[in-house]
Amino acid sequence: MGEMETAPKPGRDVPPKKDKLQTKRKAQDPFPGPAPVPVEVVQKFCRIDKSRKLPRSKAKTRSRLEVAEAEEEETSIKAARSELLLAEEPGFLEGEDGEDTAKICQADIVEAVDIASAAKHFDLNLRQFGPYRLNYSRTGRHLAFGGRRGHVAALDWVTKKLMCEINVMEAVRDIRFLHSEALLAVAQNRWLHIYDNQGIELHCIRRCDRVTRLEFLPFHFLLATASETGFLTYLDVSVGKIVAALNARAGRLDVMSQNPYNAVIHLGHSNGTVSLWSPAMKEPLAKILCHRGGVRAVAVDSTGTYMATSGLDHQLKIFDLRGTYQPLSTRTLPHGAGHLAFSQRGLLVAGMGDVVNIWAGQGKGSPPSLEQPYLTHRLSGPVHGLQFCPFEDVLGVGHSGGVTSMLVPGAGEPNFDGLESNPYRSRKQRQEWEVKALLEKVPAELICLDPRALAEVDVISLEQGKKERIERLGYDPQGYDPEAKAPFQPKPKQKGRSSTASLVKRKRKVMDEEHRDKVRQSLQQQQQQQQQKEAKAKSTGARPSALDRFVR
Amino acid sequence: MKVKMLSRNPDNYVRETKLDLQRVPRNYDPTLHPFEVPREYVRALNATKLERVFAKPFLASLDGHRDGVNCLAKHPKNLATILSGACDGEVRIWNLTQRNCIRTIQAHEGFVRGICTRFCGTSFFTVGDDKTVKQWKMDGPGYGEEEEPLHTILGKTVYTGIDHHWKEAVFATCGQQVDIWDEQRTNPICSMTWGFDSISSVKFNPVETFLLGSCASDRNIVLYDMRQATPLKKVILDMRTNTICWNPMEAFIFTAANEDYNLYTFDMRALDTPVMVHMDHVSAVLDVDYSPTGKEFVSASFDKSIRIFPVDKSRSREVYHTKRMQHVICVKWTSDSKYIMCGSDEMNIRLWKANASEKLGVLTSREKAAKDYNQKLKEKFQHYPHIKRIARHRHLPKSIYSQIQEQRIMKEARRRKEVNRIKHSKPGSVPIVSEKKKHIVAVVK
Repeated sequence: MGEMETAPKPGRDVPPKKDKLQTKRKAQDPFPGPAPVPVEVVQKFCRIDKSRKLPRSKAKTRSRLEVAEAEEEETSIKAARSELLLAEEPGFLEGEDGEDTAKICQADIVEAVDIASAAKHFDLNLRQFGPYRLNYSRTGRHLAFGGRRGHVAALDWVTKKLMCEINVMEAVRDIRFLHSEALLAVAQNRWLHIYDNQGIELHCIRRCDRVTRLEFLPFHFLLATASETGFLTYLDVSVGKIVAALNARAGRLDVMSQNPYNAVIHLGHSNGTVSLWSPAMKEPLAKILCHRGGVRAVAVDSTGTYMATSGLDHQLKIFDLRGTYQPLSTRTLPHGAGHLAFSQRGLLVAGMGDVVNIWAGQGKGSPPSLEQPYLTHRLSGPVHGLQFCPFEDVLGVGHSGGVTSMLVPGAGEPNFDGLESNPYRSRKQRQEWEVKALLEKVPAELICLDPRALAEVDVISLEQGKKERIERLGYDPQGYDPEAKAPFQPKPKQKGRSSTASLVKRKRKVMDEEHRDKVRQSLQQQQQQQQQKEAKAKSTGARPSALDRFVR
Repeated sequence: MKVKMLSRNPDNYVRETKLDLQRVPRNYDPTLHPFEVPREYVRALNATKLERVFAKPFLASLDGHRDGVNCLAKHPKNLATILSGACDGEVRIWNLTQRNCIRTIQAHEGFVRGICTRFCGTSFFTVGDDKTVKQWKMDGPGYGEEEEPLHTILGKTVYTGIDHHWKEAVFATCGQQVDIWDEQRTNPICSMTWGFDSISSVKFNPVETFLLGSCASDRNIVLYDMRQATPLKKVILDMRTNTICWNPMEAFIFTAANEDYNLYTFDMRALDTPVMVHMDHVSAVLDVDYSPTGKEFVSASFDKSIRIFPVDKSRSREVYHTKRMQHVICVKWTSDSKYIMCGSDEMNIRLWKANASEKLGVLTSREKAAKDYNQKLKEKFQHYPHIKRIARHRHLPKSIYSQIQEQRIMKEARRRKEVNRIKHSKPGSVPIVSEKKKHIVAVVK
């Protein structure tokens, strides 16, 4: 008997043994099912606001919407799971045992980090050609700076390879890269000039005169210029046309910033207001009263949630842009901040005189807390330009002594998307990207406060369509309100039967008829209600009380 | 002090050799991809415009018949073979890939009224004005042999249509009555009739293979059950139906091509209301055929155009016309759902693409991905006014265009009259009849 059990019979197959092992393994799996995904990450990828109610629609549409919503949930879970594949981690700087990070100087940081990062800190001493304004290209690989006395240069700051260096023989007020590192826009004393990255002047745009500030809207290919004459001009650089020249009616425009989330231009004025502009409208989209004196600097963070402003009243305020437009936090600065900038991860830098202060928040979504600065640095001259380098932990400062590149751990977004802005792109990749970007250039008319407005159901057109259908057919074949009727319009007749008096008489007749119907209906309802009351009164045959006279 | 700077190793981001692919790291965070909706909208607009740019559906015209093409049939096993019968009694077999005629048979004296292939693909049947039903071999006659039918059946009356069973060796002809024949016998196994008028076409149901439908001259469509050898029910419409076609995917759905310029999709189980009324033609609809996917069908009309309709919509998604194509008598959708063939009055058979802007041939994986993406974009943004306007735009010949305007004015006038009648009479005295039910006169079981 024992033999038969132990020796495997020829007809019998081996699986029974395996099955036991398999079941053992299954029983031991401590994490059955798919891996859990943190809820906040899933929230980040959710695009449907389920609390919004849609206007009543047909059953087919509603079922399709339900299917789409279920798909969207699944997709956001998958996208949240794909976050596991992101390779890089953001930088950080922590003091030990109550050490204040603001007291750590750049030299200490340079000593403590690796060689490659240490090389990112450099100082260009250019005292001869005046205070400098600077701009990083969208990928963060190239830097362009322009000095007040006409010195313009563009270089790849990582490899320190100079692309061009020229003197434009005129005062340079602002400098910006256009969509890629191939083109530069320089706001010179008289007009706006466009240069190639080899220093060749391509265009001189005389319609934009006395420009003080430039902003480039990358997805619309629009260059916004604010001028001393009080005009905000939008120039489409792909076609070469001026899309809109708006008169801001607020005097000299000195303070300008763009909201990267919705491509709205924020202008700061000397009466303490910040106005929001879109090229589609002649009037500002909104005006926010920020300061008691003039506004000196405006900056908006990359998600479009917070706006930081500083004014002549030495206040630095952070406003909530998506919702209430109210100040979230305020701080009094000893010296007014003339320049503000946000980093990709929500760090705020303020340039006050020759000192820069950087404030950090708790995480990516929260506003920077203005209590304690995260880092500070003193430069060799007053600050004239500030920008965080995209995708790097570096802050570029243009001042009267030249250009400085500071290390700010935790400022840059660690994981870029190769198809949007890739600092390591080759020439071919750049060309492909440029063609695709030009093909999907967003028309300027679509700029508004909510960039997702195009995805909303157009309720106004729906209702207008309904009205037109009722007019044409007398009833709405796609509607669900059988009672809805178009107002009666008497048909015009010939031979004097269409005089005002007879029209009025005809209208009166129809109105009286409808009125009579309504009265009849309401009488019927009243009778029914009476009967119900009597039935109720009869059913409650309790003792009459003195309070019964108040029963309705 | 604990410090770490973001530093990337270029080796992880730049390719090693020129022969490698470029590395493209992805981050799907929505903050890195602003303006999603406007950019997708612009992409959808571009996709719609490109679709119109690449919409070149006409492929080939098969020349050879000496009289108008009256009927077409598909080979059940071979995609490249089609058979056509002309009004002078000639039957031709064509090869679509080489676009030439491989065989010609003088089948009948007078019109070839109907042609159908056997389900195995070895033979086909034709009926003609000379009151005969002939069965022919699909392969040509051997060397030294004459072109002769395998089998000839002489009837007493003219047969106007023929269809073969999808699984058994049985076929049905129609003329004065519907006859079911066994291939081995010379007499029909049963004859069914309901009504006194001639029957113009008969079709077997591909899914429930014992069901047949037929269209008669007294404006009715009759459904028969072969097992019980009786008619099941009939629906009487306003005007005569020319042909019907069963949906190859849905067992009980069929579409009827009617003389009142419309097509009606019926569910056999509830014949009192059509599932959908398809209105877009401006003249009588002569033939209809379903796509093998069961989601669309093509209709041929006496106005010189063919239209492709989705099953669940009442408007056509596509219209094909040519200056040289006159009244289209018959149309077929090939079994790979990619091509449409139509035979017309002027002796030509034309081959069209079912999706006008489709690229034929093998697509690379990137092309497929781009095509799928564009398709989804167009579907997502199809209701936006600018995109709808571009997607819907078709060039129409002047005759059809002016007819559409005229008929729209007439329909509006009729509708206004009805609305006024309802408005000015006692509520409830004039019944509001939906558009679908208007065209059905009666259903008889």
